[in-house]
Amino acid sequence: MAPLNDPAPTPARAALSRSQLWGLLLLAAVACVLPFLVSNYRVFQFTLALVYAIALLGLNMLTGYNGQISLGHGAFYAIGAYTAAILMDKFGVPYWLTIPVAGAVCLVAGFLFGLPALRLEGLYLALATFALGVAMPQLLKYKGLEPWTGGVQGITILKPDPPEWVALSQDRWLYFVVLLTLAVLFVIGWNLLRGRIGRAMVAIRDSAVAAQAMGVNTAMVKSLTFGVSAMYTGVAGALGAIVIQFVAPDSFTISLSLLLVVGVVIGGLASISGALYGAVFIQFIPNVADQISKAAPWAIYGVFLIVFMVVMPTGVAGFVRIARARLQRWLAR
Amino acid sequence: MNVLLHQVLSGLATGGIYASVALALVMIYQATHLVNFAQGELAMFSTYIAWSLIQAGVPYWVAFFATVAIAFLLGVLIERLIVQPVENAPILSVVIVFIGLLVIFNSLAGWIFSYTIKPFPSPFPAAPPFGNSYVSSHELGSIAITLVVLVLIFAFFRFTPLGLAMRAAAQNPVSSRLVGIRVGWMLALGWGLAAAIGSIAGIMVAPTVFLEPNMMAGILLYAFAAALLGGIDSPGGAVLGGFIVGVLENLVGAVLGTELKLSVALVLIVGVLVIRPSGLFGKVRVTRV
Amino acid sequence: MSQLLDVRGLHAQYGPTRVLHGIDFSVEEGGITTILGANGAGKTTTLRAVCGMVKTQGEVTLAGARIDGKPTERIVRLGVAHVPDGRGTFVDLNVEENLRLGAYTRRDKVEVAGDFERVFDYFPRLKERRRQQAGLLSGGEQQMLAVSRALMLRPRLLLLDEPSFGLAPRVVQELFDILRTINQQAGVSMLLVEQNASLALQLADHAYLLETGRVVISGTAEAIRGDAAVRRSYLGY
Repeated sequence: MAPLNDPAPTPARAALSRSQLWGLLLLAAVACVLPFLVSNYRVFQFTLALVYAIALLGLNMLTGYNGQISLGHGAFYAIGAYTAAILMDKFGVPYWLTIPVAGAVCLVAGFLFGLPALRLEGLYLALATFALGVAMPQLLKYKGLEPWTGGVQGITILKPDPPEWVALSQDRWLYFVVLLTLAVLFVIGWNLLRGRIGRAMVAIRDSAVAAQAMGVNTAMVKSLTFGVSAMYTGVAGALGAIVIQFVAPDSFTISLSLLLVVGVVIGGLASISGALYGAVFIQFIPNVADQISKAAPWAIYGVFLIVFMVVMPTGVAGFVRIARARLQRWLAR
Repeated sequence: MNVLLHQVLSGLATGGIYASVALALVMIYQATHLVNFAQGELAMFSTYIAWSLIQAGVPYWVAFFATVAIAFLLGVLIERLIVQPVENAPILSVVIVFIGLLVIFNSLAGWIFSYTIKPFPSPFPAAPPFGNSYVSSHELGSIAITLVVLVLIFAFFRFTPLGLAMRAAAQNPVSSRLVGIRVGWMLALGWGLAAAIGSIAGIMVAPTVFLEPNMMAGILLYAFAAALLGGIDSPGGAVLGGFIVGVLENLVGAVLGTELKLSVALVLIVGVLVIRPSGLFGKVRVTRV
Repeated sequence: MSQLLDVRGLHAQYGPTRVLHGIDFSVEEGGITTILGANGAGKTTTLRAVCGMVKTQGEVTLAGARIDGKPTERIVRLGVAHVPDGRGTFVDLNVEENLRLGAYTRRDKVEVAGDFERVFDYFPRLKERRRQQAGLLSGGEQQMLAVSRALMLRPRLLLLDEPSFGLAPRVVQELFDILRTINQQAGVSMLLVEQNASLALQLADHAYLLETGRVVISGTAEAIRGDAAVRRSYLGY
């Protein structure tokens, strides 16, 4: 039985049920139709939500499934974003090629950071990643790197055009690019988490010692998880850079890392659908709350974080799961 | 040589600030075995309270002590109302609650007091002591106050029954209950004291960096580095760590440029945690599998 | 002789697992009662139940007043000192600090100083090691420290959980002799949980045998000591 306030339950391992499959198809259909029903600006916002969803899935893998707390994932998002921007701006690489490259770079960066992180647990890992998140903007402003990073000014990139044979606006085209990337990454992630590696990750989260005693190579799995998690967030960063057309050090402060944590907690730890719920939350709350005050969104995030941890630790995804179970029981009566 | 001396003295001055925030962090750690990520924002918020009192015409030292008292109460309240419900939850939940507090206090400060930078008065004379050109009166005064607080804390933990009970409650809550210690209130007390120390740190920092909601972010990081370097359960170590970090930060900044200063903290934190987690003066703990 | 501690129908559980199934026992004023049993019988749980450390149903009465359901810190202030299994010493603090903590709830400073001396009389080795870190003491010394810390409360009732555990026979005998002295000189009532039945029966007046959470035998220690059949089948000697 999971202890009280345990936010990370053991994920279900069965294949999708019929009703879940239908639900997914419905969701996909809605996602494809949506951009044609709303303005270009709204499409831009939805695209960003999808970008966040990819980043959140990355963080969720590390923190929700594998139990390694990261308060600095914004750093990997930044690395992915800057990789894409530099490749496009300085080397003229086409936008779609920068995405896998950014992913590869972040995979390596994450794995490398994961190595010293192996010796750190809980609070101390949180501390180390927090330091990474706070230091990142300064690193990006470093004068020695300025020829590449553009220093404080950052880099502006041109919005990519859709291919000639596609009759979509730039915003709608980018939406589908991101949507496709998301679909691919989510399917890969789902398979990974369902399989042996996913089980090893969860085993390590629940009891590293027991996992090791059962023959799991904890060091390798933990470092790999760090790497893959960073890769996902890095890909999100690259996509984000392309969509926003701009990268600058002050876009990637500790606030970004904390925003990702908020998204993962609200959406639901150790849950793939949680990434979607969380992304919608962090993308659209500021729209509503900004009108009250510039500070309001974060005050709301903070309150939600605490309330969720005390009242609904499995997040929205957990709530949905419980609600659906109750509904099924009621229907079966 | 002169430049080096200047950097070192300047580093000691900023180090004093890191030392006092590190002291607050160690305080909470000694009482609860937890690292409080929201420490900086609590300190900043307390400083705004002091600012409001001073704006309302309250004399500086009255406002100073009133703020310390209010901060103490705030710390106790936070522990009893927000931290206590998750005290048996996994560490992830606790960290998230701390982040929630961090974010709430930061945004509350911005909301109530706005983001415009405000000047904050110093109780020390504007002229540097003995006309020297290395250290201002305020910097020297801050270091002195930090050391006084350190001595008081040390004496409290070592020589008072309450201090002993707090140490016991953090180390072994079960046995503490068996001698009649109300463990929950010991934790609350620890938080109250840490908040009070933090408020003093904030009041000492504000005149130098100017009062604004994000003033403590970088300082908090240096304070973490200082606390870890000195030993997360050693008040003396935290203070010494603070001075070392201050000097290191200045030297690195002089050699490699000011943008990389925060990276010093990052490298220190990761380095200490990986190489010698107990720091210079902390207790080495061996955990049984 | 009045009952200092009277327990009726005590049930105790850890989460969903029930460990005690309605046991009755008592400790006389100034007497020593021992609870015997194999591993897992529920002996430690019984002591924890008296102290309010586990969830219970049933009645626990101390000197006529009900203490079941009260928090541990309150029960301690009513004069119940518990020496837990594993000793529960504050390993990072020194001997003197451990003892001082034992007297944490007391207001009478002069008497506390007197009790320090008395405790050092019982256990001179502790006086030698006054400023040493408790975690560095030997097993026997830590047990003495644990008992001393409990005595610093000036308890009416002393709960002891397997004090002989892990100690050399000579040290155990020494300890039990001192316990008898304390009981006779200071009138401290004791509830002793032990696996070493022969030693416990020599010290105690009354005994209860627990088996998987139920009392299967009770009587005076003398009677049980004398009953060879009981000793052979239940106590193994």
